[in-house]
Amino acid sequence: MPENSADNPASDHSSPLARRRFLRYSGAGLAAGGLWLAGCAKDKNEITPSSRLDVGAGDPGILNFAYALEQLEAAFYAQVVAGPYFASASAAEKAILSDLRDHEAIHAALFKNLLGSNAIKDLNFDFSNIDFSQRTTAESASRLGVLNAARAFEDLGVAAYNGVGRYITSNDNLLLAGKIVSVEARHAAIIRELITANTFVASDVVDTTNNGLEKSKRPQDVLTIANTFLAEGSKLSAANIK
Amino acid sequence: MDLFQIINDIAQADPEVYARFDSRRATFRHLLGFGRKFSAAALPVALSTLFTKAYGQTATLPAAVINALTLALQLEYLEYHFYDTALNSPALMLSSDESRSLTTIRNDENLHITTLRSALGNTVSPLTRKDFDYTGSQGQTQAVLFPGLGAPGTGLFTDRTAFFSLAQMLEDTGVRAYKGAVPSLNISTTQDAVKDILEVALNIHSVEARHAARVRSLRRGGVQSITAPKSWTTPDETPATPPLPHGGTRAPNAVGPYNAGSPAATSPAESNVLQGPAALNVQTLTVGVSGTAGAEAFDEPLDAATVKAIAKNFAVTPALLFN
Repeated sequence: MPENSADNPASDHSSPLARRRFLRYSGAGLAAGGLWLAGCAKDKNEITPSSRLDVGAGDPGILNFAYALEQLEAAFYAQVVAGPYFASASAAEKAILSDLRDHEAIHAALFKNLLGSNAIKDLNFDFSNIDFSQRTTAESASRLGVLNAARAFEDLGVAAYNGVGRYITSNDNLLLAGKIVSVEARHAAIIRELITANTFVASDVVDTTNNGLEKSKRPQDVLTIANTFLAEGSKLSAANIK
Repeated sequence: MDLFQIINDIAQADPEVYARFDSRRATFRHLLGFGRKFSAAALPVALSTLFTKAYGQTATLPAAVINALTLALQLEYLEYHFYDTALNSPALMLSSDESRSLTTIRNDENLHITTLRSALGNTVSPLTRKDFDYTGSQGQTQAVLFPGLGAPGTGLFTDRTAFFSLAQMLEDTGVRAYKGAVPSLNISTTQDAVKDILEVALNIHSVEARHAARVRSLRRGGVQSITAPKSWTTPDETPATPPLPHGGTRAPNAVGPYNAGSPAATSPAESNVLQGPAALNVQTLTVGVSGTAGAEAFDEPLDAATVKAIAKNFAVTPALLFN
């Protein structure tokens, strides 16, 4: 989106932008209020801080974006199955978390292979906000329990694939994302059921009032969350996916 | 999403777009209304409704999009009446846990119907319980596949095993159907209205996958059970699930929720382990994973013709549905 030039009225008086600038200050623009301002705030975030690693543009950028999320999940589950909660988990939870570790490791390996020399680096993680000895977040604890963290990662992955699909050019890549996102949704559903019964679909992830649609997240919004689990030097930007 | 840019882009291609929306002022009033009435997540639907209205029902949606949405809508009706019947069937002896989850699923399917009907311009006649035969006998024109699931077009369910078995098959098929439809929705025209519909399909697709996972955990007796089925498809299900009749339309391929579609290159069986343009074997790509993880980690798309062949088994009058 060429939003930045809209902040500089002198830069461009040619048609769509000029009209848009007018609308912004017209009654319609002002009345659009919350929605419009939300758009502006988001655009400000598109300025990439120099410390952010950009995943790139176009389909390779989107594959790298997905690769980053899969790396994050794979690293998380690898640490889960080596941790104290897992050692004492129920048989079913061990089986589920082992499968999730395997699935995410395979997803990450496939993206790395497909991207070849275009792949972003192996990321470093910061899981200091996760307590690998707790099944779920303990009362008044400052750190997430394992299942709560898993739920956050799985729901985030689904929202991310859903929110980036429209920017994918190649149908092969779109189908690949589709093959993965439904498995992530299956993961999310069972993790949520392990925490609370009958939450496999709930209003925090699906609009259960108006349309029955899962809520998408745009790449930059996904990375705002993912970056809280990435170490300095591995934090990401997706400003060029559009 | 930049609403103003979308409308401007369309205005380049179609100078009369504002007239189609009544007037520019009315257009913005519509958009403001959406801002108040809907969350940002609901915007794609609100927008597609606006565009559908502006362009006179579905006239300007590409035919491939209309076809994909129509099939999706019929599948949602198939699922909705299936769960609605089950929830009204005392003989199934549903536990409160089962009832709650199946109610959630039924309500989601109902919302998907509303959403898809809206995207199609609300011109489609609703389908009712009378249109479906969950015994799979196609209105008693072929052998019953699922005894205990009512009668053609009517009747309550009496067989728990058959009900949960078919529930899993319908959910897994639904996930594959939406996935298979995605390429036909990825059309770049004046783009954004169609891209919004693509996103709607993706946003339903993942909800169907959540349903499938839940139905599977109900089938195995709850989330702490370690018996089959897992919440994801496993490669053994492909050979173990009996194929469904297809009236000779898809011979010689076996038709089923976990079988390959046609062509098998783009709609492989759920047991498939070859992914990406170079057909990498994902089972051997990573060391130390379980012997089934490669197939489990990817759900496979299914082409529309095969989806229709599966679904037609549950139409009272197969000539009228899933065409």
